[in-house]
Amino acid sequence: MSKSHSIESEKATVFRPKAATLVIMIGLILLFFSICMSIILGVADINFSTVLQGIFHYDSTSTAHQIVYRLRLPRALAAAFIGASLAVSGAIMQGMTRNALASPSIMGVTSGAMFTVSIAFAFMPFVSNLTIMLFAFIGAGLGSALVFLIGALSKRGLTPMKLALAGTAISALLGSISTGIALRFDVAKDISFWYAGGVAGVQWINIQLLIPVAILGLMLAFFISKSITILSLGEDVAAGLGQKVGFVKLLGTIVVLLLTGAAVAVGGTIGFVGLVVPHIVRFIVGSDYRLIIPCSAVVGALLLVLSDVIARLIHPPFETPLGAITAIIGVPFFLYLARREGRGL
Amino acid sequence: MPSSNSTNRKLYIVSSILIGAIIFVFFLSLNMGTIKISPIEVIEAFTGKGSTQNFNILYNFRLPRTVIAILIGIGMAIAGAILQGISRNSLADPGIIGINSGAGFAVILYIFFIQGSSFQAGPLSVYIMPFFALAGALVAAILIYIIAWKDGVTPVRLVLVGIGINSAFGALIIIFQLMMDPRDFTQATIWLSGSIWSASWSYVLALLPWILILVPIAMSKFQSINLLQLGDNLAKGLGVSIERERGILLLIAVGLSGACVSVGGGISFLGLLAPHLARLLVGPKHQRLLPVAALIGALLLLTSDIVAKSLMVGSEIPVGLVLSCLGAPYFIYLLIKE
Repeated sequence: MSKSHSIESEKATVFRPKAATLVIMIGLILLFFSICMSIILGVADINFSTVLQGIFHYDSTSTAHQIVYRLRLPRALAAAFIGASLAVSGAIMQGMTRNALASPSIMGVTSGAMFTVSIAFAFMPFVSNLTIMLFAFIGAGLGSALVFLIGALSKRGLTPMKLALAGTAISALLGSISTGIALRFDVAKDISFWYAGGVAGVQWINIQLLIPVAILGLMLAFFISKSITILSLGEDVAAGLGQKVGFVKLLGTIVVLLLTGAAVAVGGTIGFVGLVVPHIVRFIVGSDYRLIIPCSAVVGALLLVLSDVIARLIHPPFETPLGAITAIIGVPFFLYLARREGRGL
Repeated sequence: MPSSNSTNRKLYIVSSILIGAIIFVFFLSLNMGTIKISPIEVIEAFTGKGSTQNFNILYNFRLPRTVIAILIGIGMAIAGAILQGISRNSLADPGIIGINSGAGFAVILYIFFIQGSSFQAGPLSVYIMPFFALAGALVAAILIYIIAWKDGVTPVRLVLVGIGINSAFGALIIIFQLMMDPRDFTQATIWLSGSIWSASWSYVLALLPWILILVPIAMSKFQSINLLQLGDNLAKGLGVSIERERGILLLIAVGLSGACVSVGGGISFLGLLAPHLARLLVGPKHQRLLPVAALIGALLLLTSDIVAKSLMVGSEIPVGLVLSCLGAPYFIYLLIKE
């Protein structure tokens, strides 16, 4: 009993600030280079000096400048912010639910967004990019609320298996209704392109909405990171330490909704980033969310920018769906966790 | 034993009601469609007294479709019952643990690489497709089994790994689907959602052998499923060679769901619903559960097909979507209650 307790508290105090500083510094440098790579590489080759000119001395008559400024730069930025948002919301979900499998992609977020987006495509001809974003944002909230509700209603709470199954069932239900709508109104391919996820068509207007919401969410996340660490020790412990558990959970949920909503609204279904990144980061920097959250943001951004570059290069000039790339990276990791039956926090 | 007698009587009553319902829905299904054909006209058509137009519609379109619905219903229900029995998990279903998506991926590959842009199946590919679907289902099942294996297979691991495999195949399907041209794409979407509206007699012939061979084998193995359901230790103590029996049963389930998916597409939740309803009606013993589940499966799919046909006149929605909308809420209910 006392031995297990000491292991427990040892585990709770794993706190490696040096490793975290290193992860953040190296991560930011790599992120900078991969964003540069993302801007340079593509169907049209553009060299580095043109990139810099395109950003700082934009000349609207130059095609190369237009590609850089109007297509590649927003795309790279979107990938970075979406990656950071998904990774941080995954970290918060895992900390709050103490569930290793918690992440946006299995919490019904994306199928909820798909549901509302298919309604938008079907019933609003000439629907604007912004309306789609808004609908996706609302749908993401709806989907995760449903999964949380199932967890709250069931007797033993959200066990890893229950979470995964609830997510699957909600996805099947909302997915079926969306497919029905899509086939009935002949918008199946539009929706599938949206659903497959990607940042290929991102415009500045999307960025202008994504970045403020993402930054707000990320700042809130840092702000509550200490409380999340305490909450991740268990609700009883947290309450015993004088934490307002309900309040922290509410804040955490708001952060998750802001971050995943914004990410899904711009990028569609990009799965497994939120699952994989926090686990990798936890492995390096320990179990303190004051370190996990900032490191997840950097590593998530890096992972998604690189995946987006891969998505462009696999089969040019076609774009491979970004969500499929992240799934192929993430599924082996999910299987590894599944073999441990969802333990590993 | 008097209790055994009374449960047997219950089995007969339940079965006769179900068979009656199936016959009723069968005729209803033949009547419904853009052209209404009354039951009397149906009988006239098949006894050679009716109009040739009616006979054509009935014989070439509606009859194969209803027959296929019945066969797939039986196959999926038995596959689901086996999976639930051997994994000791009431939430197992070929669709949820990735067997359907494995089969679906193999068929998408086949359409993409071999059949080219013409989605409409030629006479030969009708018979080849089941084998592709089967290979895909088998690969998925083997992957699930190997990855979940760690000194044996626990139900929790089996289901979690299955969900992971499901996402992996889902991602692969999306990659290939988006490379298709728009018409093939829509066809593939309909097919993946589970649809039996392109049914013809050749599909019936392609599916029939699988059902005729595998369903009786499954039924004869009821004792093994009963024992495996008790748990590995107890089953071992009673002299069942667990891994062998589980392997054989898993193969049967994979064969059945693979064959059904190749003809009907990704119809999920049928394998979940039918065994559950059967268990409610006749209890957990598989000698009674399996036949009743098969009847319920057939009835459910026939009914869902009618709903799919009549819900939106002009554009039929895939029957698999109807089943998911019925099945998912029930699944969630089970999840909350458990």
